[in-house]
Amino acid sequence: MTAVTAGLLAQGMLALIAAVLAFSVPPRVRSVVGGTLCALTAGAGVITGALVLVGGHGNVTLVLALPVDPLILASSRLGGLFMVVISAVGVLVSVYGIRYAHGAAASRTSWAALAAFLLGMQLVPAAGNSLTFLLMWETMAAASTVLLLADHAHRHQVSSAAIWYSAMSQLSFLLLLAGFGVLGAAGVTTFSASGASVSTTPAAGLAFVLLIIGFGSKAGLVPVHVWLPRAHPQAPSHISAAMSAAMVSVGAYGALLVCTRLLPGGPPWWGVLLMVFGGVSAVYGILQASVTSNIKVLLAHSTTENMGLVFLAVGASVLLRSYHATAAADAALLAALLLLISHALFKATLFLGAGAIQHATGEIDLDRLGGLLRRMPWTAATFGVAALAAAALPVTSGFVAEWTLLQALIHGSRLGGTPVAVVVSVAMPLAVAVVALTAGLALLTFVKSYGIAFLARPRTAQPAATEVPIGMRIPMVLGALAVLAVGVLPGPVAEMAASVLPATRAPFLHTIGLGGISIPSIGVVLDPAALVVLAAAIAVPVAMIVRILSRRHPTRMTALPWGGGGSRARPRMQYTATSYAEPLVRVFDDVLKPSRDVQVTHAGESRYLVERVQVEQRMADVVETRLYRPVLNAAQRFGVLARHAQNGRIQQYLAYSFVALLVVLVVVAV
Amino acid sequence: MTGQAVVIAVVQLALLIFVAPLLIGVIRQVRARLEGRVGPGVWQPWRDLRKLLGKNPVHAEGSSWILTVGPLALVLSSLLLCVLLPLVGALNAPMIPSDLFVIVSVMLLGVVALALVGLDAGTAFGGMGSSRHMTVAALVEPTVLLAIYALSIPAGTSTLSVIVGARLRDPAIIISPVSVLAMVALAIAIMAETGRLPVDNPSTHLELTMMHEAMVLEASGRDLAWLEVGSWLKLAALLGLLGNLVAPWGIVTDMTLWSVLLGIVAVTAKILLLGVMLSVGEVFLAKVRLFRVPELLAGSFTLALLAVTASYLVA
Repeated sequence: MTAVTAGLLAQGMLALIAAVLAFSVPPRVRSVVGGTLCALTAGAGVITGALVLVGGHGNVTLVLALPVDPLILASSRLGGLFMVVISAVGVLVSVYGIRYAHGAAASRTSWAALAAFLLGMQLVPAAGNSLTFLLMWETMAAASTVLLLADHAHRHQVSSAAIWYSAMSQLSFLLLLAGFGVLGAAGVTTFSASGASVSTTPAAGLAFVLLIIGFGSKAGLVPVHVWLPRAHPQAPSHISAAMSAAMVSVGAYGALLVCTRLLPGGPPWWGVLLMVFGGVSAVYGILQASVTSNIKVLLAHSTTENMGLVFLAVGASVLLRSYHATAAADAALLAALLLLISHALFKATLFLGAGAIQHATGEIDLDRLGGLLRRMPWTAATFGVAALAAAALPVTSGFVAEWTLLQALIHGSRLGGTPVAVVVSVAMPLAVAVVALTAGLALLTFVKSYGIAFLARPRTAQPAATEVPIGMRIPMVLGALAVLAVGVLPGPVAEMAASVLPATRAPFLHTIGLGGISIPSIGVVLDPAALVVLAAAIAVPVAMIVRILSRRHPTRMTALPWGGGGSRARPRMQYTATSYAEPLVRVFDDVLKPSRDVQVTHAGESRYLVERVQVEQRMADVVETRLYRPVLNAAQRFGVLARHAQNGRIQQYLAYSFVALLVVLVVVAV
Repeated sequence: MTGQAVVIAVVQLALLIFVAPLLIGVIRQVRARLEGRVGPGVWQPWRDLRKLLGKNPVHAEGSSWILTVGPLALVLSSLLLCVLLPLVGALNAPMIPSDLFVIVSVMLLGVVALALVGLDAGTAFGGMGSSRHMTVAALVEPTVLLAIYALSIPAGTSTLSVIVGARLRDPAIIISPVSVLAMVALAIAIMAETGRLPVDNPSTHLELTMMHEAMVLEASGRDLAWLEVGSWLKLAALLGLLGNLVAPWGIVTDMTLWSVLLGIVAVTAKILLLGVMLSVGEVFLAKVRLFRVPELLAGSFTLALLAVTASYLVA
């Protein structure tokens, strides 16, 4: 038994122990025991994944009594990378949950479901055939539904969110089932056998479309994203973090599995399809995020954006590979992996930060927050670092990932100085534009969420919000540090990700300087550490000047903020998240379709004296109202019609059985 | 090579710190003369700076340390721009990353710092300025990155010093349709990014039309001085970049004392000339309504997209 095999088994054992103990220990210590064991389960996942990445092998085969394929867990480098990323999020989330979980989220069922959820997510990347894959997938989906339902007794939105979530999960599962079925019929049964030879057949194309929509739904892509903005705000924050940082990565893993291992070398239209799917999601997601004022809904939409970018990168790599631009195709795939790693780290930190805000103030609506920087310095710092990464600014992991993607795109359209193909020449500039617009809007979104929540003065009277306990701070700090570490020294992580790429041509990626990256095949170099050194060299003289000046004029005065020459500027007069995004709503009027309701109450008889103005603005999700409403309404109408056939009269049911019997007899006779 | 690059970096830094206030002085003076005023003279920004640096800042109640650190972050980002852009010299040293995407993101750090300063005081004006500033920044981003893409095509890389070097060797690139379209798009983006007319009026005193000025409303004393210096440096550096892309001659590629002196003179002349042109242009322009700005930016985006697609048709 190799170390990897032991690791795979250990994860299962630890999750089982966690579930059993969650049910048996007294409530007093339940969170500590449950959280610790979940963290250990995830820790085993990190170690196992790391062992696979450094070259370990191992597999577990479980022959079932049923007449189906055996369950196979087999190590692969791609799976190992995902196992590390997902389990790392799992560790943060479990540790955070020890102090955060309370009420229904700290129940026996919740802790046991968290263990099952983590196990499912960690083992999906280890699955060696479609049966195992689907089994782990369904464990993950079912356990997350249970976790989502934790607080259903107190808030009715929870059950509505859970219904949407399970409907979308099952839809995704059915698509995957169909996809794997078609794939099996086409001759790809185990994950170790590559289906490169069948990639061009129509069956492979059908399987590809089914699988990509199924995985896209889990990754929260438009138009199958509707569960995301519902489920994330309703789940407890550590569960939202696990869902948004780790579970969506499992969806992206599926897409990578299809494009690199099951059906490599697909035709160009696969790449174009993926790029459109991803590009639309990226822009739509960030646009919705930028106009939302609920922090968790905002983060959920931002997940759609980031997964959209991942799919865009994967699509670019499929497209480029089909035109033999392999260097740029590899770079695009590397960008997809870096985007995923970076997203998992910063999104976990952001959701944990949102949880801390909720814990301290009881609010997640930005319009009612403000001034938290002074009262929650740790949360402010970690949220700030993660927000920088979400906005793809240096020196964070988000910047490294987006830089790699942009470089892959601008180097993709030419091969040795001549244009590759018309499709590529059109797709790459548009992709750059999509990435740029997304980056710009992400900048606004995260300046808004940070500035409104942490700066200025509280917008509503909050009873003394204080910093969260240290048990919740540690995971946030670790997440933020990881974001910075990957941002300053991307070399080791990028090299790890590059080792996962299929058929790596010897040194695809070099580490340069302290920990910079260099991709010689497309001739690009990035060394964020040099940037930091340079900034520090400039900062020293500036800091000296500041110090001299502040010695000379030491006192600082405080005064009222400028109230336009009128009265004292009250906190209510500040800009809110909604007003911050108002110019953007006007610009993207056609896409967002805001409905606005203004009611003016006049003072007395005068038309000019206003007593009160009430403004209400609603932003409907266009995809939802245009696509899902008609389908749901049609289902409803069908249900009403079907009621006529099912009216409870025994005679009628007997007539049905008689007709059915007749039909059977006729069919058998013929 | 590395030692020479460091020398060039230090020279650029010192030169820009000197030229940036002068540039603003020239712009204001030219505008004053064209409007029939005497004007305060080209050295007035220096005097303003001396005055502001000698004053105690007054902080709004309820503001945080962002109001002190934000301005410094903006200055730092602008100073980094002055080092990273090929202004006096286009030497390719591994120590100093001259990748355009990196440079743009360093600039965006300054944009974010300024937007946070605007929000920190907790006034309606600050928030308004910050919101508009970020909306414009978000919409400018696609233009900037596509223009970079277009510029990178002839050189085959997004490393700025290589792009400038290629233009110096083969001036035909400069007047190719790809380059012209990209330069026009980039120029509009730079005007929007630095808060010049027609996007923002730098000399307005009406709160409701302000963008940049509304964000700095609560800053005073040396905080205000840092904010002003940061914005000035950014404008000067970006004009220098534009100048070197349009007319790369005079830039240092081999290191001698005379070539460095020539480089200094050349880049100063380019920056000041562009400043005068900007000022003259601004006299004839009115600020467009905020909600017409996206149309302008969409226009510049189209130019950039045309530039990229043209490169496949022409080349």
